[in-house]
Amino acid sequence: MSGDVTWVGKAPESVVPEGDSLVAAYCLQLGDDALIYAQRLGEWISRAPQIEEDMALGNIGLDLLGQARALLTRSGELDGTGRGEDDLAYFRDEREFRCVHLVQQPRGDFAFEMARMVWFAAYQRELYAALTGSSDPVLAAIAAKAVKEVDYHRDHAEQWVLRLGDGTQESHERMQAALEVVLPYLAELFDDDAVSSAAAEAGIGVLPSSLHDAVVARVAALVERATLTLPDDSRWRSRGGRRGVHDQCMGYLLAEMQHIARSHPGATW
Amino acid sequence: MYGNDFGTDAEPLNAAEGGALDDVLQSATERRTTPGSFDDLIAREQRIEPRDDMPDDYRKTLIRQIAQHAHSEIIGMQPEGNWISRAPSLRRKAILMAKVQDEAGHGLYLYSAAETLGVDRSELLDKLHSGRQKYSSIFNYPTATWADVGAIGWLVDGAAIMNQVPLCRCSYGPYARAMIRVCKEESFHQRQGFEILWTLARGTDDQKAMAQDAADRWWWPALMMFGPPDTGEAAKGGGHTEQSMAWGIKRFSNDDLRQKFIDMTVPQAQKLGLTLPDPDLRWNEERGHWDFGAIDWDELWRVIKGDGPMNAARIAHRVTAHDDGAWVREAATAYAEKSAARTKGAVA
Amino acid sequence: MSEGALYEVFVRPKRGLSHVHVGSLHAPDATMALRNARDLYTRRQEGVSVWVVAADDITASSPDEKDSFFDPAADKVYRHPTFYDVPEDVEYL
Repeated sequence: MSGDVTWVGKAPESVVPEGDSLVAAYCLQLGDDALIYAQRLGEWISRAPQIEEDMALGNIGLDLLGQARALLTRSGELDGTGRGEDDLAYFRDEREFRCVHLVQQPRGDFAFEMARMVWFAAYQRELYAALTGSSDPVLAAIAAKAVKEVDYHRDHAEQWVLRLGDGTQESHERMQAALEVVLPYLAELFDDDAVSSAAAEAGIGVLPSSLHDAVVARVAALVERATLTLPDDSRWRSRGGRRGVHDQCMGYLLAEMQHIARSHPGATW
Repeated sequence: MYGNDFGTDAEPLNAAEGGALDDVLQSATERRTTPGSFDDLIAREQRIEPRDDMPDDYRKTLIRQIAQHAHSEIIGMQPEGNWISRAPSLRRKAILMAKVQDEAGHGLYLYSAAETLGVDRSELLDKLHSGRQKYSSIFNYPTATWADVGAIGWLVDGAAIMNQVPLCRCSYGPYARAMIRVCKEESFHQRQGFEILWTLARGTDDQKAMAQDAADRWWWPALMMFGPPDTGEAAKGGGHTEQSMAWGIKRFSNDDLRQKFIDMTVPQAQKLGLTLPDPDLRWNEERGHWDFGAIDWDELWRVIKGDGPMNAARIAHRVTAHDDGAWVREAATAYAEKSAARTKGAVA
Repeated sequence: MSEGALYEVFVRPKRGLSHVHVGSLHAPDATMALRNARDLYTRRQEGVSVWVVAADDITASSPDEKDSFFDPAADKVYRHPTFYDVPEDVEYL
């Protein structure tokens, strides 16, 4: 009996990649965040509160999709598999995605979307600003382009948080509620996961926790101006996106996004 | 994109005129009165601008036509928007998002042009939502497969461009200027649709079948976009065409535009290797045009009257977006009032 | 429900050129109008600078005054350089 006991308990292998594979893994995380948020924003088109806002959300979605394509392409170039952006977007299963839970959440009301965006854009703004100094020249170039884009996204969301917070009684209540709904998903943005930590160590990436204070300060100041209250710590928080353990909504999002491509293996479009 | 359509009074709305232009100009010239008057400007092919004197019917016709055109752009976001989440490659997803977003933009350019005639956009949207103003019937068909996105770009946008290019010379300045912008931006729409079908037609057997199926379903509705025939039994409600031509709102007849579209499109279908679902389609050497079979006008009138597969769904989708957004618009207005009051208070 | 105030939009297509009127849009206030204008009228790099003006704030000449406003300029040909006769062999004039 003694010999077989070693088969019972064993830690799952967790190897942090190095070199090119590390750049690839890091770009994949950032790319998945952008891709999945673009997918959610795409759902707004033709459903926005005003046609002008259809335009704005479309622009933001397109920016994110562009970032995703560049980042996934970079990841595929370096991960040794020779996969392109579409292989990565359409032919990975849920457990292979590396995005945070915040971007996966189903479309809610407009207040929810602005709450999600104000945090995510503030996070991306600090992230990309820091990544312009990445030792990977391609990632640095992607970040230099993206930082201007997310600057605008952040501004857009801030304008709306101000208006909804300090608008009518109803909008104030909805905006306050939305800040509370997104709260549990924020801590995950600033977790120092294994890949990010190694990437930061190697000068490729940024330690997520190092972005925390600037992002929170920015949003906190805005929330106050908008006559809202930054909610306290929530009883639970999301975890696991960077390890491929997602919210249950993620599987449905992927089923929808991937099904045509997967129904026709080997086809070009 | 834009499909030509009809008012509640069943008047054909698309851009149009025929060889009749010269006659029309002739008669307008004869009617010329005071220099600088409306008739004089029309006769000299000068643009009419917002604050000029204009006949009430000219204003009303324009408002209705521009509004329907704008509504068509806005409702037209839905059939293709249906595929943004499922586009089979990231490149296609980006193109499609940009295209649907362009349609929102085109709707806004056109509402902006309509508003120069003294109507408010909320009034026009209200009429769309309550069914008092129409949009192009082409959007009352569902987009069943990915190939429909290609077929819409190729056939529906192709037909729309036929309609729209003459509108760039429309007598009403703001409408003509909006159309120039729209046409410039639309140039990629038709090409991307053709490219989708081109790729599918060269793909797997399933993809080819998908492309053929889409062409089969969109061909006839695309031909209906030009409106009923100008003459003959099926011609209905064409009474205003002549007036619209005289005013330089319409520039070609429905049948001329339809023929032009068919002549342009058949060789493209041949190139794609797709057949078009019309056994009577054949080249007529004598006419120098493609002959085509009878169009089922009953279907068109049925869909216009509301009995199309997606009429109810399109309006419901639009109304839901508008109603769900009401509290947001109210909040923005309230905030603007508060800020204005604060600024005033600070100054005082 | 109101769509917000109407703003007229002017875009400078490139450096060295004046702002040109391109259309209008609706927005709750000028800040949002400027942003909406950017999304609507410059998404193909059509401009390097945007103005928005509340439509209500524009004072325009009226078509009724057209004759008194613009016709008097018609006979002031001396405002145009081609009005003046100069010998053909004089350069840089």
